[in-house]
Amino acid sequence: MQGGLQMDDTITLSHGSGGVQTNRLINEVFFKYFGNDILNQMNDAAQVDIDFKKLAFTTDSFVVNPIFFNGGNIGKLAVCGTVNDLAVSGAKPLYLTSAFIIEEGFPIKKLEEIVKSMADEANKSGVKIVAGDTKVVEKGSVDGIFINTSGIGRIYENVNINCSNAKAGDVVIINGTLGDHGMTIMCERNKLGLEGNLKSDCACLNSLVDSMLEAYAGIHVIRDATRGGVAAVLNEISEFSNVTIALEENSLPLTEEVKGASEMLGLDPLYIANEGKLCVFVPEAHAQKVLDVMRKHPLGSNATIIGKVTQESGQKVYLNTVVGGKRLVDMPSGIQLPRIC
Amino acid sequence: MKFVDEFRNNEYSRKLVEKLNNITSEKINIMEVCGTHTMAIFKYGIRDVLPPNINLISGPGCPVCVTPQSYIDTAITLSEKNDVIIATFGDMMKVPGKKGSLSKAKAEGIDVRIVYSPMDCLEMALENPSKKIVFLSVGFETTAPMTAITAIEAKKNNIKNLFFHTAHKIVPPAMEALVQDKDLNIDGFLLPGHVCAINGTKPYEFLSRDYNIPGVVTGFEPIDILQGLNTLVSLISKKEYRIENEYKRIVKTEGNPTALEYLNKTFDIVNSSWRGMGIIPKSGLEFNSEYEYFDALKYFNIDYEEYDGSPGCKCGEILKGKIKPTDCPLFKKLCTPENPVGSCMVSSEGTCAAYYRYHKVVK
Amino acid sequence: MCLAIPGKVLSLDGNKGIVVVGNMKREVFMHLVPDANVNEYVLVHAGCAIQMIDEDEAKITLDIFKELTENEIC
Repeated sequence: MQGGLQMDDTITLSHGSGGVQTNRLINEVFFKYFGNDILNQMNDAAQVDIDFKKLAFTTDSFVVNPIFFNGGNIGKLAVCGTVNDLAVSGAKPLYLTSAFIIEEGFPIKKLEEIVKSMADEANKSGVKIVAGDTKVVEKGSVDGIFINTSGIGRIYENVNINCSNAKAGDVVIINGTLGDHGMTIMCERNKLGLEGNLKSDCACLNSLVDSMLEAYAGIHVIRDATRGGVAAVLNEISEFSNVTIALEENSLPLTEEVKGASEMLGLDPLYIANEGKLCVFVPEAHAQKVLDVMRKHPLGSNATIIGKVTQESGQKVYLNTVVGGKRLVDMPSGIQLPRIC
Repeated sequence: MKFVDEFRNNEYSRKLVEKLNNITSEKINIMEVCGTHTMAIFKYGIRDVLPPNINLISGPGCPVCVTPQSYIDTAITLSEKNDVIIATFGDMMKVPGKKGSLSKAKAEGIDVRIVYSPMDCLEMALENPSKKIVFLSVGFETTAPMTAITAIEAKKNNIKNLFFHTAHKIVPPAMEALVQDKDLNIDGFLLPGHVCAINGTKPYEFLSRDYNIPGVVTGFEPIDILQGLNTLVSLISKKEYRIENEYKRIVKTEGNPTALEYLNKTFDIVNSSWRGMGIIPKSGLEFNSEYEYFDALKYFNIDYEEYDGSPGCKCGEILKGKIKPTDCPLFKKLCTPENPVGSCMVSSEGTCAAYYRYHKVVK
Repeated sequence: MCLAIPGKVLSLDGNKGIVVVGNMKREVFMHLVPDANVNEYVLVHAGCAIQMIDEDEAKITLDIFKELTENEIC
């Protein structure tokens, strides 16, 4: 075998055909960054010892465009998204798989950058990537690169976090500003000509969740607010818990950038995607303790109370507005589009 | 944000609400002409804090809603041409036509691009010399000057591959058509602040002079709307028929003469069809003879046949404020935001869309 | 039909300008506000400044509200 992978090259169909080129790609890119004791055994299936009874198991696919954006890339999203799904289920994330579908012609240097990001996030969050797969498809079959990650975690024993656990009197806390990721993507993708320091909030939230649960293990609900924004996740919780949630317009934290972009484009930050935000439902008596602990964590320094679960019957989410009126915050329908009217 | 945050002040809002609830108990019908007012009123929950005797009716000030269905169908026909890129504001994407919407066309592989501003079409034209860019220029006096400027800049820079499928309309003639309708029972108008920024307050004086209906030029922040309502309700209860300006930081009596000059330079005033309202004389803008070569219908030789909307759709009556969305038999049953029959439901500021969301909450 | 937002003029270049709204900058047409200067505020709609903001009038309006809340007016 001559030479190694030419890093200035692009991915070709032979990189996915299971032969020499595939092995080169796996060794010189994937194993170089993901390498760990389990992955290095190179079995067809990862074999792990577990000493617990209940595991959390999740999967997610990532197709974001643009692939690289301020604050991250598709790889970082792929690791954080799955780690977060495990964390908000009250589990300690342990192992991830990652499967890649790559368009022929995709630059190997860019693939390496993506894989390195994934390894960095995995290390930061304490998970190991233990199995994977690579397929290469013809030009035009995918948009550059698609990634799927699946993950398992150990469910904490003394914790009962569930979408249906919200109760009247619970306080709703968010760990920071709304709409950062979605607004960044929208502006970069659609070339809307807006310039500023918009940055995705993409991050692994498991260590934040751990510190919250340490402060108070009786937290009722933790959900990460992704597509559809905070509005979507609160509506889901309202439905599954059969409660009414009231938000305070004055309390919604926003960066100046998201505020400015929303005003110009006619968008509502409640409906814009996040990738590093949690909605937390805590009984009122314990809310301050959880809030304090969140604020001490780098991913929760802007944590704030944005509303509460009221005594009203029915499943709805509404906003108490600055004029003292109420506005329904319903489930988003379709994608958010910029408007001039 | 300066000139925004101060006009969202809690304390001021609540004081204005208190004031509004103490002017009169007589039944009053107020029409907010502008769709952006409809949205702002919904967004801030203003209906919630109004006294029960004040009834707000949403008028035809939604350019997407009043554009006949034939406009969207023609846009889709244009989009199907191989070398055409359709550039549009986001507002038009989900509007339903006979062949579906622009969103659907985009999903099927047609080159439809959302722009924030028509000025972006100039760059798009330069970057795609082998393509023809067709910009869907919809909107009232607030937006039409932008189309004028874009055409003038295109002419100046010798850009030959940019065209416009226009449906610009002007507001005062539509308001005159409304007040001539004897079925309509409007005591006063909240006048569209940003349209007035362009054409000033004079075009609305006919309302008070000829029809004894007061109007208040109103802005869009919650304090602006509450102040506008306060002044209007006062005028109505005192039977004082005049036009007042409560948006003086933006609107001058003479409007923006520079903007009006641009409109005069580029457009002719023509009769125009308003969906659900029929043809309103001298209520539309079309490129004049100097700029008509930018018109997409002329360039592509399209025989434009106008038709209104879907059968059973009551958008027209809703736009005139004659019925509420809840009076329409299709509302929430066959016509929903996911499956809209008419543009009042799909437009971001359509009355039906606002009602669909609002009526599920409160009281 | 009229979503527009106040922004501050950062720079001018012929008929174009850079305006900032809440830390986000955007190039806009300035044809309709020929008298606008840097550091002044304009109303921006779909990438075009459509009118100057009269800061004195804004202050008058806000002063009225301030007085309204300071005096207990029914």
